[in-house]
Amino acid sequence: MTRSTAHNEGPKSDHTPVLKLENIHKSFGGVVAVEDFSLQLKAGEIVALVGDNGAGKSTLIKIVSGVHSPTHGTISLDGETVTFADASTARSQGIEVVYQDLALADLQPVYMNLFLGREAVYGPLKLLERKKMMSETQALVDELDVRIPSAKAIIRDLSGGQRQGVAIARATHWATKLILLDEPTAALGVAETAKVEKIIASLKARNIAILIISHSLDQVFRLSDRICVLRRGVQIGVKETAKTSKNEIVSMITGVS
Amino acid sequence: MTKLTSPNQWLDPKRYVVYLGFVLIFAFFAITLADDGFLTTRNLSNIVLQTAPATIMAVGFVFVLSAGEIDLSFGSITAVSALSAAVIMQEHSMLAGIAAGLGAGLAIGWFNGVMVAYLRLPSFLVTLATLGLFAGIARSMTNLRSIPVVNDTFTGIFGSGSLFGIPSLILWTLGAVIVGHVIYRESRFGAHVLATGDNANAAQVAGIKVPRIRLAVLMASGFCAGLAGLLYAGRIQAAKYTLGESDLMIVIAAVIVGGTALNGGKGSVVGALVGSLMMGMLNNGLILMGLPVSDQMIVRGLIILIAVAISLRDNTR
Ligand SMILES: Nc1ncnc2c1ncn2[C@@H]1O[C@H](COP(=O)(O)OP(=O)(O)OP(=O)(O)O)[C@@H](O)[C@H]1O
Ligand SMILES: [Mg+2]
Repeated sequence: MTRSTAHNEGPKSDHTPVLKLENIHKSFGGVVAVEDFSLQLKAGEIVALVGDNGAGKSTLIKIVSGVHSPTHGTISLDGETVTFADASTARSQGIEVVYQDLALADLQPVYMNLFLGREAVYGPLKLLERKKMMSETQALVDELDVRIPSAKAIIRDLSGGQRQGVAIARATHWATKLILLDEPTAALGVAETAKVEKIIASLKARNIAILIISHSLDQVFRLSDRICVLRRGVQIGVKETAKTSKNEIVSMITGVS
Repeated sequence: MTKLTSPNQWLDPKRYVVYLGFVLIFAFFAITLADDGFLTTRNLSNIVLQTAPATIMAVGFVFVLSAGEIDLSFGSITAVSALSAAVIMQEHSMLAGIAAGLGAGLAIGWFNGVMVAYLRLPSFLVTLATLGLFAGIARSMTNLRSIPVVNDTFTGIFGSGSLFGIPSLILWTLGAVIVGHVIYRESRFGAHVLATGDNANAAQVAGIKVPRIRLAVLMASGFCAGLAGLLYAGRIQAAKYTLGESDLMIVIAAVIVGGTALNGGKGSVVGALVGSLMMGMLNNGLILMGLPVSDQMIVRGLIILIAVAISLRDNTR
């Protein structure tokens, strides 16, 4: 990857995409889920991924997070080609995901979910630092205004919106580079949706790149810099949000003009 | 933000079923069997000594269930381990015998674990098969003969001995429960076991090596069953293929009654200890009552059914 020469702003120039997908293809047996997909995301940019059910949006996110490996195509992070063996590799690169099914452990408390796979431990026996994890969790949910009874509450006892809040809090806590959000407000009421959108805006301010899947075009137009449309695995196009209209996006999604 | 603990966590009666059941059964036998020697120190300590192997198997079983798997083979592992130790000790040192016993447990646990974790076969079927397989191997190892264990040091350490006046079987039980409890509740490994049983997908995408956890819990179960085998061999000063054969139902019941979820993600090592003592007490009381063996089995089966039903009510996910 060549770095921009015009201005040198440290290791990450504005022109190096955080994430670059080139000709990504994924098929499950005979089913082609994603066909020849290419996209670049810059730091602090929000790209919305839209398309009907089964269009391949979640599959694409799982490819970036390392859950699936693409049948072919290349993924680059900060200009370097990467292959993710599993989800933990992507995580160690500062990529966080809010999955459509949230990926929370229902019978465990909130703070253990926040630190799932990254527990704070001490000593050779790797004993848990519960107090530390609890207080950090409490501080984080307070900051993000996620209203849960306590950091010790069991996920199963929370409402759908509260769970969504926990999943988003976890992603925002650990992400340094890129967040992938798969329908993050699907289960939320109006006030909670507004709150999540505020959190997403604050992530953008932290210069984190965001790829968000949403079925709400209003939300997509409120949040995104660009909109990428998928239809049955085929990339129909990428539009700058400021230069397109809902009608145009709808006709791209449905294929009816 | 106000810190409310979720209220049902502390008022939930199911958390206390095992303690309540323990007290009720104890009180019942204490009253009805007052003249039959139930309450004597000798009888009560006998109960603890007799349940030692089952309690240790239960500790391993808590880990297996919590990870969302099951191990039906631990009874056969116990027999193979005890026989391995006894056979080796006929010719070799005590340490070689101990290594053989525990090694056999670990090896069978590893075998189960590889099939479950890496070949993705259901643990129910794998361990049902190895239950039969190793029961057969235990029989053929010595042609159904029982092998005497004459090494006094061994029978002292694993059977009749004591340290500072505390019987060694009680020390082994306490040791297993404390170590098990700390690993289960306080260590990262324990947290990963719970997460795996709770939502294996979530654990996987959180970077937890789920197959490794599955392998580890089945090996832990094998190791515990192996240790239980040594305790049996130490206490009765012999090893036979029947050792551990009748523990399957008791151990599963003890663990479930002790608050471990059948589907994983939740459990208690201390609860399993109390559950196991409760089962031991039940056994002992029914014998003292003078019931014929057939009636003992019926009553025990019914009580286990009731206890398990109470523990699992509304607890299914
Ligand atoms: N693990 C899998 N195995 C087989 N086929 C799959 C798998 N995952 C997804 N698919 C298929 O790939 C296609 C795209 O699915 P995907 O979940 O990416 O859609 P989506 O755009 O996220 O839809 P929705 O809006 O409903 O969430 C579908 O036809 C689906 O059946
Ligand atoms: Mg989807």
